[in-house]
Amino acid sequence: MLLAILPELLLLVLALLLFIVEPFWKGERPRSGWVTFYGLLLIMIVSLIFGTPRASQEAFGGMIRFDWFAFLFKMLFLFGAALTALFFMDHPLLSKRGEAYLLLLAATLGMCLMASASDLVMLYLAIETTSIPLYVLAGFFLNEQDSTEAGFKYLFFGALTSAVMLYGLSLLFGLAGTTALAALGEKFASGQLSLQVAWGILALVTVGLAFKVSVAPFHFWAPDVYQGAPTAVTGFLSTASKAAGFAVLLRLFLMAFPSAQIPWPLLLAILAALTMTIGNLLALPQTNLKRLLAYSSIAHAGYILIGVVAATELGMTSVIFYLIVYLLTNLAAFGILMALGKVLGSDEVTAYNGLSRRSPWLALAMLVAFLSLAGMPPFGGFVAKVFVFAAGVEAGYIWLVFVGVLNSIVGLYYYLNVMKYVYLYRMPGEEEKKHPIQLSQATAWGLGVLILGVILLGTVFAPWFAFSSQAAQAMFLP
Amino acid sequence: MQFPFLSVIVFTPLVAALIILMLPARRKDLVRSVALAAATLDLILSAWVYLTYLLQGLDGYQFVEQYSWLPTLGISLHFGVDGMSTPLILLTGIVMFTGVLISWGEERNGVSAGIQDRPREFFAFLFILASGVFGVFASLDLFMLFFFYEIAVFPMYLLIVIWGWVVTREYAAMKLTLYLFVGSVISLVGALAMVWTAYQNTGVLSFDLLHLEQAGFSAEFQRLWFLPVFLGFAVLGGIWPFHNWSPDGHVAAPTAVSMFHAGVLMKLGAFAALRVGIMLMPQGAKEWSWLILGLATVNVVYGAFIAFVQTDFKYVIGFSSVSHMGLVMMGFATLSREGLLGAGLQMFSHGVMTALFFAVVGMVYDRAHTRHIPDLGGFAKVMPYPAIGFIIGGLVSMGMPGFSGFIAEFPIFMGVWKTQWLIAVIAAVSIVVTASYILIIVRRVFFGEASEVLLHHHVGDVTPLDKLAIVTLCAFMVGLGLFPGLMAPMVGRGVDYILHLLGGA
Repeated sequence: MLLAILPELLLLVLALLLFIVEPFWKGERPRSGWVTFYGLLLIMIVSLIFGTPRASQEAFGGMIRFDWFAFLFKMLFLFGAALTALFFMDHPLLSKRGEAYLLLLAATLGMCLMASASDLVMLYLAIETTSIPLYVLAGFFLNEQDSTEAGFKYLFFGALTSAVMLYGLSLLFGLAGTTALAALGEKFASGQLSLQVAWGILALVTVGLAFKVSVAPFHFWAPDVYQGAPTAVTGFLSTASKAAGFAVLLRLFLMAFPSAQIPWPLLLAILAALTMTIGNLLALPQTNLKRLLAYSSIAHAGYILIGVVAATELGMTSVIFYLIVYLLTNLAAFGILMALGKVLGSDEVTAYNGLSRRSPWLALAMLVAFLSLAGMPPFGGFVAKVFVFAAGVEAGYIWLVFVGVLNSIVGLYYYLNVMKYVYLYRMPGEEEKKHPIQLSQATAWGLGVLILGVILLGTVFAPWFAFSSQAAQAMFLP
Repeated sequence: MQFPFLSVIVFTPLVAALIILMLPARRKDLVRSVALAAATLDLILSAWVYLTYLLQGLDGYQFVEQYSWLPTLGISLHFGVDGMSTPLILLTGIVMFTGVLISWGEERNGVSAGIQDRPREFFAFLFILASGVFGVFASLDLFMLFFFYEIAVFPMYLLIVIWGWVVTREYAAMKLTLYLFVGSVISLVGALAMVWTAYQNTGVLSFDLLHLEQAGFSAEFQRLWFLPVFLGFAVLGGIWPFHNWSPDGHVAAPTAVSMFHAGVLMKLGAFAALRVGIMLMPQGAKEWSWLILGLATVNVVYGAFIAFVQTDFKYVIGFSSVSHMGLVMMGFATLSREGLLGAGLQMFSHGVMTALFFAVVGMVYDRAHTRHIPDLGGFAKVMPYPAIGFIIGGLVSMGMPGFSGFIAEFPIFMGVWKTQWLIAVIAAVSIVVTASYILIIVRRVFFGEASEVLLHHHVGDVTPLDKLAIVTLCAFMVGLGLFPGLMAPMVGRGVDYILHLLGGA
């Protein structure tokens, strides 16, 4: 049974190890960072060898499900956390602060539990385990007003929506007398629970989850928090944390609320249309790249919701595939922003003038990441979008897919607009040759892996699709 | 196992682009040499495919390759060419080759021809685009068709915005990209609807075009989805009223990109509209052909008149492209043997012709630094090759017998006459207008008094590589004009297949 929580256990060991040895380390090298990075890689390898699920099964009295769905998400979180640790090391204020890595590990531990929780109590515990370290990380730079503001805003809205969701969960327990998701689903399906009540509960729960994945109208925290938080933290927040939110959303909605009785897809479809449109339209006037990516990440939550709305096996597969692509792409984008923000001292788009002449490779990496976000082949974003749209059309939500494709046009506009600064405009005085940009080796490797991954996902997509499909099937098995 | 011609053709530019990116930015001539080598290889291979198809008198889809890509959803990398697409593969090979020649350019005493700023990135992006174009023409899988279609669209933005004409490049590049993207995503929704409907009808989930042809879409489905799919692609074919991006885009683009754009990319739109729109939903095509015919007529006549009143050399050519692509659409809309045959030939003929036009415009502009027609004059004396090339292109454009334009336009008008004689009469006006604006340019730019520009800017002759490009392009136009048998029967067999799908005839 311990195999079911193997990654979580190892994460705990790693965190405790870091906790003990970190105070004794001094000197220039960011040793905690390397320990975190290699530790996370090791956990991935060990879990892949020993911890793969044979069949879907319950563990710890139904608290946790041990299936491919949970496993795939855990690997995704571990990968994201490892890359984030690499990016942490590049930042002078983060690299030698052991507590940053500790918080990162704690949040990752929470996310792993979020992916596997199959009980309301476990679910809520996992969400809080993830959120609290992230609040601290967002406000990590105590001397910077933006960062503390981001931390506080995130905490404030997070606590509020979390309380609303908890209220919904408690109502659910009060009415059904059980906290197990599968049992709840059966009670709804067999009509033992009134469906009117279900709508009220659904609304409360949706508030909490919509906040986690920044779905409109609970998105307004995202731009401020993304902009204010340290860039490497923003990258983690916008990818792994969002993926974890979607994992819970899928698990909860598919298991506890049977869509045949409770037509929640329609509710989510409206939210999806709203989210895409708001995210993309508000991204248009942004000149700060972190803010722009924040709105773009809201828009992406909308696209992903199209797959959730479909509520079919293909829909779930496309959601998982999309999340994989999105995690890699957005981590790359924020990684680039972080590396450049350090050199340029600004996240304004005008600071990127002449980038392609200063560092052709970094410019190319940025092009790949942004085009993938825009949904252009041969990058992962294109394939992911087509799958999500295909699932939407299959389920008959043609209007929603039309909203989606029209939105992706708006998206293309602002992504390409950024590339204009990178490739066309010049630095004042056209002195690019005198200001080359050097990357640290850790960042360069990290970005290289991510960009390669984005291209692989967009060209050789069959194996990734197979993994996603296997994870999605786990949701539909008893 | 046969040599995988088509995949080598499709992926050569992509591999070349990667190699080019690895080269040091300072070694400009090395970058260009690699580009030229790749382009030559692709030209030879596409000519080989063309000649094999022609000489062996093949029929149907040939050079077929199929690699399973995502079996769960029925996506495969399925390549194959027929009588319609083989000439377009050859066309892409020709334009790619000549485009590289033109972009080589030269940089000496005030002349900055071709691409001198960051040629490494230029050729890399151009070749990614070329891969996309080859891919669309060769794809027999709907998913892959979209995949390559989008690959052909986005590098265009960068190519225009970075290397384009300073005055309008930012505006034109964005306009072009958004127009094309809007068209393609709307078609994409239609395509997805087709795939799922075919799944319901046949029980097989597949993106394969040959499978979808047999899917038996209901008349109602076709009536609903034909227009979005056809028009979505036809945006790239420059159909009125969605043609607006095209003259702006052509003018703003650097020479080689204009050649690619007008020469090949507009055919991409027309071809995809035919392949996905008409061939998969023949019933819908029959129902809406009157609308397409009407729009195309506006294209032809309106495009010609607007071209006539332009004073910018490049805008004239830009609008003439709109006018000529209207003829292709018109040929499609007749849904008859003559019309489709003419449209197939016109796609090739216009591709070569307009590539030549833009090449000549680029050569003149790079040396004269202006495109304002009244300021130009007497250029035939200093640059005889472009002058002769332009005259040949002009004769093709007017549809003179003995040139490829004639054998393409004549069947189109025959087809239109049979369908609706009035339209043929109206459209024929464009021939006169075309003749007049071409002749005006020939007189003003190449002959007549030596202009101020010519005397002051020390305009010199073009480079040997430019001459080679002009000769290559002219050879194809004259060759096809004198020996229509080199292409017409092949396209004819492609048309037979389309007519078979349309039922009867």
